Amino acid sequence: MAATARSKAELDEEFAELYRSHLRDVYSYAYYRVGNHHDAEDLTEQTFLQAYRHFERAQAESDGRPLRPWLIRIAHNLAANLYRDRSRRPQTTIDDTSGLSAVHTTEDLVEGRDELARILAGVKELPNDRREALIMRFALGMDNREIARALGKTDGATKVLLHRAIRQLEGIVGDEHTRS
Amino acid sequence: MSTPGADIETLLSRALQPVDPPDGLSSRLESTLVDLTEAAVVELESWELRAMRDPRNWVRPVVAVVVTATAGTALVILRVRAGQKRRVAVAHGPADLAARTAKAVAGEARRVVRR
Repeated sequence: MAATARSKAELDEEFAELYRSHLRDVYSYAYYRVGNHHDAEDLTEQTFLQAYRHFERAQAESDGRPLRPWLIRIAHNLAANLYRDRSRRPQTTIDDTSGLSAVHTTEDLVEGRDELARILAGVKELPNDRREALIMRFALGMDNREIARALGKTDGATKVLLHRAIRQLEGIVGDEHTRS
Repeated sequence: MSTPGADIETLLSRALQPVDPPDGLSSRLESTLVDLTEAAVVELESWELRAMRDPRNWVRPVVAVVVTATAGTALVILRVRAGQKRRVAVAHGPADLAARTAKAVAGEARRVVRR
């Protein structure tokens, strides 16, 4: 009995550590995914609540690997549900919440607002899986293996996905630059 | 301008900066855990014993017990962690810090149990 209580306390402590370590990651992902703070907060909250419910099993199945991809996968699935639910409601379109909003310092705005705005607009034009892979790589700093686990793909497929996302983005931004 | 010849990855790093969560999000998340705990307690209290005769009704109270226990413990940990910096700042040495932390754990546990 004592052993059970101790392991549960350890489990809760580990969950608290996971929460502290990755709150910013989950929030960043949610924000770039849904495009506004209100929905990003809801998504982050739901992600951690769901993570808490399944934490013990996830830990057992992780085999010692980091749990960040698992957290981001939860957020990814919840965001997909959010969009699906909203698409069924005629009064609220997906476009109302799908914008990639920029979060930048004054220095960034002075130095290259137009350039960064073009990049964000280009990212928004990418197919969902490419856009998500770029968010995970550049906003969260995830490596190929982590992204692969979050998206449920192989490492090789993820490497190709990222490569194609960047090439496509270059094309989009280049075309935009030529037109202007 | 440097586009498109510039390193697109550098531009992506600048465009997709990490976003800090709002200050209120942690407390909101804690509140949600408390709500979950309270909902589970209500679920247990309102459960009529005679309903337990039907095995089809056994799942809900069992889930309520699990949610109550797990959410409550997590809440204590999160709350104690939230005040750790403040305790470190005012503590007179490691022994004092340990005593203050133990006191905080007991206090937060009592608060959660009282709810």
